[in-house]
Amino acid sequence: MNHMPTLNRRAFVIGTAAVGTGLALGLDIPFGGPTVVRAADGSPEVNAWVVIQPNDTVVIRIARSEMGQGTLTGLAQLVAEELECDWSKVTTEYPTPGQSVARKRAWGDFSTGGSRGIRTSHEYVRKGGATARIMLIQAAANGWKVPASECTAANSIITHTPSGRTTTYGKVAEAAAKIEPPADVKLKDPKDWKLAGKGVKRLDTVDKTTGKMTYGIDVKLPGMLNAAIKACPVFGGKLKSYDEAKITGMKGVKKVVPVGDYAVAVVADTWWHAKTALDKLPIVWDEGENAKVSSASIAKWLEEGFDDSQPAFVGNENGDAKAAIAKAAKKVEAVYNYPYQNHATMEPMNATALYTADRCEVWCGTQNGEAAFAATLEASGLPADKCDVHKQMLGGGFGRRGQTDYVRQAVAIAKQMPGTPIKLLWSREEDMQHGNYHPVTQVKMTGAFDADNNLTALRMRISGQSILFSLRPEALVNGKDPATFAGLNATGEAAIGYSVPNLLIDHSMRNPHVPPGFWRGVNVNQNAVYLECFMDELAHSAGQDPLEFRRKLMSKNPKHLAVLNAVAEKIGWDKPAPQGVFRGLAQHMGYGSYVAGAAEISVTDGNKIKVHRIVAATDPGYAVNPAQIERQIAGSFVYGLSGLFYGGCTVKDGRIEQSNFDNYNSMRIAEMPKVESIVMPSGGFWGGVGEPTICVAGPAVLNAYFAATGKRIRSVPLRDQNITFA
Amino acid sequence: MANLTINGKSFDVDVEPDTPLLWAIRENAGLTGTKYGCGIAQCGACTVHVDGVAMRSCGMLVSEAVGKKITTIEGLATNGALHKVQQAWIANDVPQCGYCQSGMIMAVAALLKDNPKPTDQDIDEAITNICRCGTFKQVREAIHAAANV
Repeated sequence: MNHMPTLNRRAFVIGTAAVGTGLALGLDIPFGGPTVVRAADGSPEVNAWVVIQPNDTVVIRIARSEMGQGTLTGLAQLVAEELECDWSKVTTEYPTPGQSVARKRAWGDFSTGGSRGIRTSHEYVRKGGATARIMLIQAAANGWKVPASECTAANSIITHTPSGRTTTYGKVAEAAAKIEPPADVKLKDPKDWKLAGKGVKRLDTVDKTTGKMTYGIDVKLPGMLNAAIKACPVFGGKLKSYDEAKITGMKGVKKVVPVGDYAVAVVADTWWHAKTALDKLPIVWDEGENAKVSSASIAKWLEEGFDDSQPAFVGNENGDAKAAIAKAAKKVEAVYNYPYQNHATMEPMNATALYTADRCEVWCGTQNGEAAFAATLEASGLPADKCDVHKQMLGGGFGRRGQTDYVRQAVAIAKQMPGTPIKLLWSREEDMQHGNYHPVTQVKMTGAFDADNNLTALRMRISGQSILFSLRPEALVNGKDPATFAGLNATGEAAIGYSVPNLLIDHSMRNPHVPPGFWRGVNVNQNAVYLECFMDELAHSAGQDPLEFRRKLMSKNPKHLAVLNAVAEKIGWDKPAPQGVFRGLAQHMGYGSYVAGAAEISVTDGNKIKVHRIVAATDPGYAVNPAQIERQIAGSFVYGLSGLFYGGCTVKDGRIEQSNFDNYNSMRIAEMPKVESIVMPSGGFWGGVGEPTICVAGPAVLNAYFAATGKRIRSVPLRDQNITFA
Repeated sequence: MANLTINGKSFDVDVEPDTPLLWAIRENAGLTGTKYGCGIAQCGACTVHVDGVAMRSCGMLVSEAVGKKITTIEGLATNGALHKVQQAWIANDVPQCGYCQSGMIMAVAALLKDNPKPTDQDIDEAITNICRCGTFKQVREAIHAAANV
């Protein structure tokens, strides 16, 4: 009954295309060399990461995508820290994936997801900065005919210490670019950082306040036409026919084209004309078997996964949970569920493509330039040296723009109109109904106590959808999706914070036809609700304070405990809350970072929640830009609480029922709690910051709701429980 | 064909009268700082000033805008000096992805014109734009900062 998505085959084809065209070449990051490579303006590359113009402007190359999370600024800080350049003269630019492939992946991985932007590239970008600094110093020393060891660099100025002579990076860049790079460089100890670790302002703010910033939707090319698209509303359904004659002659309409075997697009002079005509185009779909699927049928199928006889992948196990539960003095059980959620980036999906017989170029926002590049190759049928992707600013990503469906569509349309640039833009309705949704799961939680109210066993049976099964089947391990267990693993970057003598966490995988995706936070979101709300239930059942109950189980996980203690202290857990205000706690680990949250809420009429305050703590190991981390924490709570309160997508007749922000709401400023962040990097590891904290807001609020009302909410979104923001 | 006055300039736009103002601004006048987010006046990304009043341009027809003074984000600065709201946005490092911020800034600029010292409650009632990145904390701080200039 598992739905085998067509995307499986497509992912395989991407991989094949990548191998055939050099995308899969090993990482071979060059740090400069005798041949001078020049930037578009003729300025010399000291190495792939650093271009210095004669006026001392430092151009730092960034491979990862900026989508609001601040990675662009953070990565530039790391390069600049080692480069010892003048931060006020730093600008950034994106190399294209085509350039990278042509240079043996000079800039490494472009993928920007999983809160990996900084934590998986900090070392080689810092080396890029350090190597360039050494080459610049050497060039100055050569010019002065002195040993490089007598020279120092700071603020883009090189000083020969004995003589006091100085020069600037701009003056020696040309010579530096010809110097053989050092074989190895020593990176600074983070405790000696002067620029990294500081909450400096973002580098991309001004254009975002004046309307000048160019997003994918803003791309303009000479002779460009605009396309609006409709895909079969039932996932997996096909395009049967359309009656083009009904819209022929409508103003501005140039062409009606099929897109693959599942969609149709109208191309017109303006997008408004294209959309207006598309809305009038009679289309017949072959909806197929999936048209019978509903939220109710999916829920029933998932419930069947709770049966112990159903096969399940084990994610974490110690002791014998089943036996311990069987002989428990007391058993506590609860069933939770978590819905499909659309990413709803503010900027709907779009891409612009120009196809000719021997070249195909794409302009788009993407979280993975190389994936968009591979999609361009495959959709155009052209080789890597005849394609490129020009990354634009993303109007939100949240995981959605890691997929490339919209790129393929744009190329498929452009291929039917060679020589004409085509900008494809999805309507909000198309975007809402053709997402890669946060996957649907349910969980059956069981806790066992001995006669003294000690927790002897914990059992979690997760039933539901796997993201990797659909999007990255090569990452399954003997069929198991390890990512399903985010925050529940025995060890690693998403480890459970509790030690329970008998533990069993397993997953009955059930994959409905609705395409799943990576949605900011991904699987920690529901796992934190499941585990942390149930921990609250267990504490209550044992008659213990939720903080003390957790602490007893966390002695072997001091970093988890440290963030929990930090929020408990800051919110004043040991003191009474203000009159009418109630508190809840949660802690979790994801993306290599330890996170905790404590919420204060009040409830009126039993169903109107005012979230007054959330105290959040994170230990990401190192904090490259604490000001941006604080913004990621507060922002993640808006995304997470929007999902908790409003964010369910329901399925009827095989399609998503929600269509726009009127029935898929998002938090407004009036609903925003006061957020107090504690950024407490303890060093020695690199964790992410864009996602981890998102998962603690939900359970902290739900646990506070129980404290306020005595009622447990075990189903998301709250909209469907008739619970709203006050 | 309609004539629109946008940022003090006259634009002859070849559109049907029932075209949403948003698309005439973006596609015909070529001013892309005003963003499309929902098309149903829910999210506020397309907010512009029409005769000084904040309007969601996706919900207003070109025929309704003819003869009125339209200001977009590109026209908010005067004589090259950024509006105090834009300056406060930069000083407080407000935008994340930035896509909603044109509309947010236009909504706030209109609020401050009518209510130079808004309370938190005034802000809650007047600013209903959606921001999926969740910049609301910085938005609120920047509004108060701009109000105190």
